[in-house]
Amino acid sequence: MNLHEFQAKQLLQRYGVSTPHGRVAETADEVVAAAVELSGAAWVIKAQIHAGGRGKAGGVKVEHSIEALRNTAANLLGRSLVTYQNAPEGQPVNRVLVEETIPIARELYLSLLVDRSLERVVVVASTAGGMEIEEVAQQTPEKILQEICDPLLGLVDYQARNLAFALGLSGTQINAFTKLLKASYKLFTDNDLSLLEINPLVVTSEGALVALDCKMSVDDNALYRRQDLAAIRDWSQDDPKEAEAHASGLNYIALNGDIGCMVNGAGLAMATMDLIKLHGGRPANFLDVGGGATAETVARAFKIILADTQVKAVLVNIFGGIMRCDIIATGIITAVREVGVKIPVIVRLEGTNVELGRKLLQESGLSIISAAGLTDAAVQAVAAVKA
Amino acid sequence: MSILVDENTRVLCQGFTGRQGTFHSEQALAYGTAMVGGVTPGKGGQTHLGLPVFNTMRDAVAATNANASVIYVPPPFAADSILEAADAGVALIVCITEGIPVLDMLNVKAALRANGARLIGPNCPGIITPDACKIGIMPGAIHLRGKVGIVSRSGTLTYEAVHQTTQSGLGQTTCVGIGGDPIKGLNFIECLQLFQADAETEAIIMVGEIGGADEEAAAEYIQSHVTKPVAAYIAGQTAPAGKRMGHAGAIISGGSGRAEDKIAALEKAGVVVANSPAGLGEAVLAAMRAC
Repeated sequence: MNLHEFQAKQLLQRYGVSTPHGRVAETADEVVAAAVELSGAAWVIKAQIHAGGRGKAGGVKVEHSIEALRNTAANLLGRSLVTYQNAPEGQPVNRVLVEETIPIARELYLSLLVDRSLERVVVVASTAGGMEIEEVAQQTPEKILQEICDPLLGLVDYQARNLAFALGLSGTQINAFTKLLKASYKLFTDNDLSLLEINPLVVTSEGALVALDCKMSVDDNALYRRQDLAAIRDWSQDDPKEAEAHASGLNYIALNGDIGCMVNGAGLAMATMDLIKLHGGRPANFLDVGGGATAETVARAFKIILADTQVKAVLVNIFGGIMRCDIIATGIITAVREVGVKIPVIVRLEGTNVELGRKLLQESGLSIISAAGLTDAAVQAVAAVKA
Repeated sequence: MSILVDENTRVLCQGFTGRQGTFHSEQALAYGTAMVGGVTPGKGGQTHLGLPVFNTMRDAVAATNANASVIYVPPPFAADSILEAADAGVALIVCITEGIPVLDMLNVKAALRANGARLIGPNCPGIITPDACKIGIMPGAIHLRGKVGIVSRSGTLTYEAVHQTTQSGLGQTTCVGIGGDPIKGLNFIECLQLFQADAETEAIIMVGEIGGADEEAAAEYIQSHVTKPVAAYIAGQTAPAGKRMGHAGAIISGGSGRAEDKIAALEKAGVVVANSPAGLGEAVLAAMRAC
């Protein structure tokens, strides 16, 4: 799960990392009150959404008067902000962060993440702050600095110094950077993060280090032991169907097509989407119903798929292994009846007792098309949508 | 022959008396796997499914001389179970559990590197050598002892590959589900190496998916080390970037981990890549003809 910038900054502050003074606001009045409280001659107002590219999309602005700030707040709040990362739907701006402006001397980049191939937490730093790190890595790979952390030792002081000097810091900044990085590492491991990105990390004109922007992602597998973070998850940033599916224990991701997919297993679910595309159709979603595929889970899955009004046909693709196909077929029939599915349902069953399963589907009296195989299922689903 | 498991593999189950452990141990016993007992802390001394239950892996290994274990323990306790098995001297640890925190797995992998035990998974269906040893949750009946080695990041796609090679009569030597997590035990390369060295394996199927760069690394390895025919399928060609597709490891991030790059790398290495999971059986036959 992702945290909002303001949530990430609160965590940073708790670990002793400096961020600009700021307030979170939900209305234009609150924005104005926050600006008055912060005082100063200019303020930064930042839309809080779970996507990058906010600046270019008009979601981050510097205003020099209270009136201009109020206008910007009114324009941002309650609207959907579309950036190149979340296009085309955008995400709702329910909150903005109002901050003091900071006199910037230099912009640096700093992040911690889990490197899959190294199987280590890795610190990435660069003098090219304020830019997309992927772009920096592609265009000027020599500007990417890296330190690999041993899980037993954690991040060691000399590693922080390696980076500090390579970033061109000097004097008291070396110790300040070491302290900041060690705090970030502790924050990362204490909270089961999968990403902590400070971009930019600014050196102010007085030489202090301040986290101007911050992005954090938490390992979903660890949320059971990070209840405090799970509690502040902002579901408004996800597709409402995805949020609902999550609540009923299903793995669902909304896509833009018109063929709903219900599959057991994540790999087969992805493969089913690929198959639909291969045969000229467009998948409406990714949905893994898991190994069980009981009548109850299948019914819930149908409800979520059908909540998407674009869906014109549903492809059910189940490899019945230990769960027998006849039991799965009974589950599908019960669910189709219970939910009252009106659109064509194409079912591909394979595995144990498949003949009996197919027979049950054909004799159900429902408009269920029993497919002969993977390819046939995709072809029939595409045909059903075009009909 | 086969790889990693055979008739002589003596298997302990961790989380033995739980619902999952019980169900899948029954299935494994019915398949003919040499299950020798299990561990549930606090239930040592009892008998379950006709086998002894132990409090600790150390006791269990000492009493049964087991050389493999399978873990059906909930995510908060699974990393501990892997470490316990490794410390008890089990050579092959198969962790079925889905949902282990990534930072736990980083620690486990560091410990295993020092210990030398082999881990399969987590978040995987397990491993099977048909007619000899089934460790995990895969349906035994779809398998046929034969010539193809299968390695896969996805459970149900492994079953598709198994089903098709059974239908075509090729059969399988060993099928390894390496799991859908970003930090895991055995990877493609170790399995490719084992299949290449296995006399019985005549061809290899690898099933990959979006996320990470393991398929690209495997492609490089195949180019320089694998002489046997290899067929592959990569799931997730239509997956949107930045979204986790069910598996914790299946995510395209920062432009890396895309299916098209993996397919290109594999094709460059001479692998026959099927454009559909339905084509895996055909693809492996094509790869065998070309070799």
